[in-house]
Amino acid sequence: MMRSKFSPLAALMLIAIVGINFAEASTEAAAQCRGLDVKHQQVNNDIGNTASLQRGARNFMSYCVTCHSLKYNRYSRIAKDLGIPDAELDKFLVLPNVKKTDYVTAPLSASDGEAWFGKAPPDLSLIARSRGPDYVYQYLTSFYADAGSVTGVNNLVLPGTAMPHVLSSLQGVPDALRCNLAAGQPGATIVISELVPGVVGQLDSEQYIGFVRDTVNFLDYAGEPTKALRTSLGVWVILFLLVFTGFAYLLKQEYWRDVK
Amino acid sequence: MTMANENKDNPTIEKKGFNAWLNKRLPIDEFVNSQLIGYFAPKNFNFWYFFGALALLVFVIQILSGIFLTMNYKPGELTAFDSVEYIMREIEWGWLIRYMHSTGASFFFIVIYMHMFRALMYGSYRGPRELLWIIGMLLYLGLMAEAFMGYVLPWGNMSYWGAQVIVNLFGTIPVIGGGLVEWIRGDYGIADATLNRFFALHVIAVPFALAFLILLHIVALRQTGSNNPDGIEIKANLNNRGNPLDGIPFHPYYTVKDLFGVGIFLLFFCGVIFFVPTFGGLFLEKPNFEPANPLSTPEHIAPVWYFTPFYAMLRAVPDQQMGALLMTLAIVAFFFLPWLDRSPVKSMRYKGWISRTFLGFFVVSFIALGYFGMMPADGLYVILARIFTTLYFAYFILMPWYTRVEKTKPLPERVSYDA
Amino acid sequence: MSDNLYNSAEEVDNDRRKFLTTATAATGAVGVVFTLTPFIASWKPSERARAMGAPVEIDLSKLEPGQMMTATWRKQPIYIVRRTPELLAGLAKHDAELKDPKSEKSDQPDYTRNAMRAIKPEVLVLIGTCTHLGCLPKQHFEPGEAQLGADWPGGFFCPCHGSRFDLAGRVFNGSPASVNLGIPPHSFASDTKLIIGLDAASTTQGVV
Repeated sequence: MMRSKFSPLAALMLIAIVGINFAEASTEAAAQCRGLDVKHQQVNNDIGNTASLQRGARNFMSYCVTCHSLKYNRYSRIAKDLGIPDAELDKFLVLPNVKKTDYVTAPLSASDGEAWFGKAPPDLSLIARSRGPDYVYQYLTSFYADAGSVTGVNNLVLPGTAMPHVLSSLQGVPDALRCNLAAGQPGATIVISELVPGVVGQLDSEQYIGFVRDTVNFLDYAGEPTKALRTSLGVWVILFLLVFTGFAYLLKQEYWRDVK
Repeated sequence: MTMANENKDNPTIEKKGFNAWLNKRLPIDEFVNSQLIGYFAPKNFNFWYFFGALALLVFVIQILSGIFLTMNYKPGELTAFDSVEYIMREIEWGWLIRYMHSTGASFFFIVIYMHMFRALMYGSYRGPRELLWIIGMLLYLGLMAEAFMGYVLPWGNMSYWGAQVIVNLFGTIPVIGGGLVEWIRGDYGIADATLNRFFALHVIAVPFALAFLILLHIVALRQTGSNNPDGIEIKANLNNRGNPLDGIPFHPYYTVKDLFGVGIFLLFFCGVIFFVPTFGGLFLEKPNFEPANPLSTPEHIAPVWYFTPFYAMLRAVPDQQMGALLMTLAIVAFFFLPWLDRSPVKSMRYKGWISRTFLGFFVVSFIALGYFGMMPADGLYVILARIFTTLYFAYFILMPWYTRVEKTKPLPERVSYDA
Repeated sequence: MSDNLYNSAEEVDNDRRKFLTTATAATGAVGVVFTLTPFIASWKPSERARAMGAPVEIDLSKLEPGQMMTATWRKQPIYIVRRTPELLAGLAKHDAELKDPKSEKSDQPDYTRNAMRAIKPEVLVLIGTCTHLGCLPKQHFEPGEAQLGADWPGGFFCPCHGSRFDLAGRVFNGSPASVNLGIPPHSFASDTKLIIGLDAASTTQGVV
């Protein structure tokens, strides 16, 4: 079967080719030129950290929900699972006529989204399952300024993303440093080697990482609300089965003493 | 003597009360006596003999969890995906029932592959058990159909494209192919009609067929008696009561042993359900958490792991029709095993080194092909897949030769067993 | 018995065998109960059902005296009547003709177990299913309606089997129904905002 392969390296080269003016990389720099690969970065979120989940929910309701829905999650269920008090929950209900038992919908309609961004913002209730929490983390931390794009930004893991950098007020907008992989040879292979602080935001880099981690943690929860219950119950199930298997083993040994 | 089958030896033992009333009308005791206590199984069963009983257990788990999933699953293009998430989130314990079923599907194949390997290793397919083996292979085919159609039901993007690829395989059949594909789909693409008919087959037709075949499988087993790791017939040595000298009553000896096996199995099974239900994308694939999208193929299409060995063979052949044919032959070949094996002995314990080598190659090929089938069809993988496909078929094609020429060890009179 | 079972009765530790059999069977039985629990619990109303069964708010500002409106709560029809002072006054007059005038055998929240069967006397809230066999009683508020006789004080009449109820939902003698119409838990968020499904005492509104 045919498979479209899209390696990060190819993506970066594409950016570079389409890309904008760059400084002539010196031979010396080229010797150490290496493309920035964020695909191994891990979010290391902890679904058992309720405070982080609560912060994540708040982040989502402040920055994401205007465009992205969580169509399989109910406000009331989120509040119950995350221990969010009623008064706090009220602040989440941004749409008029939304009840606490309703699913989390976005005010932006799919057709408006398509008209404004070229692509309807996807529902995020399963994003952490279909792409993985690490992917969402990498995506949210790898925006960079790109004058050639409509939104003024581009993204390392999803080049050409239609989404503007919604969190730029927090993170600011990093600049991309580029270098030439093929220095000293004919032609140029320009890659992004580093993202460095550009326009400054309200949070420092560590705070921003924490903000993203909380948000991703919440999306991880949203993808499978029973995850915490599943693992905590699992321990008891295994312990119980050990007891059962132990008895069954002794019983088997006892009967099999007959067999010579 | 402590005798588990006392009743059998003293049929005059008097029954009283409800038990007597019941047994006069329904021969429960007689059934237990003749089928469980009176069934003598070889005493030298090892680890590999757990998997028959375990396969039955998984079948029961699948039926039970499947019935409860059906109560809330809604087939249909517009409802299927949502209803699965509804089960996962809004039905109390729905997530557990769904994970039981999805994990059960993979464990069914793990158990069946172990069960089949056992048969290859100890020659359980050989006469007089040819029909037992063929019924088993039919069960395997039925299971593949059941698993494939079940995988389509959640209507995720991998469900959709998996169905697209597999159904299109039927299109490679000359002359009727195109019409056949359209008939299977009931539309011009994989659609609502396809999903609904797969649902009907998955929950009613195929399970019935499987249950019937399981019954036949067990009846055939009772007729010939179980093989054993030594591959010799325990019926050749009988005591004066006509029972095999090397046999022990299935109950209680193998019931308690299987119970222990069930415990071990459930530890693994529940370990996956509760801690790694997606098994790193092997049991539940990531793209299947996105709804079916006819306009977007997942970056990397691969069937679920249990089909990947055959999928790798399909991709190893540059010609579409030949690939599909080869894949079919890879399964059909199993049916002919009883007649391909010309060795004077059944079990690997007494076969020569050539047989052992070929079986080893076969197992390595199967696992390697399973791995390649999950990987992108890049140059090196395709070449390796061709090599291992060749080895896979060599096991079957060369069997009549190597089983005859090699030197076998002499068979013992009685089974080997150390208490 | 086959000859490879060699232990004689003396060699077998029957007590141990019995104990282990019991222990394994008991553990197994507990396991079966554990396993069946989620299957049985999965039949309980799902989160969606409970969300749909959440309290409903009714705006009473447009409900005129003497009028009735219907709402749905947990798949049940809810009748809401704004009773006029005349209708209220009439309620006390026919206690002798009622099966359960004090609503002692009937089903209602404690705060409506009073003479008017209401929190606010003028607002009557009823579950509109006949306590006989579940039909919907029809409104016949006009006293002395022809088909119900000159002494009809106004109330509900069930067309299925002829049960008759007064304007507090109390069943008349001679009806097949034996208890009064039910009253759902309800409370008032304001003068014109009725909440059905929520007691005034409860604070866990909406969270299911």
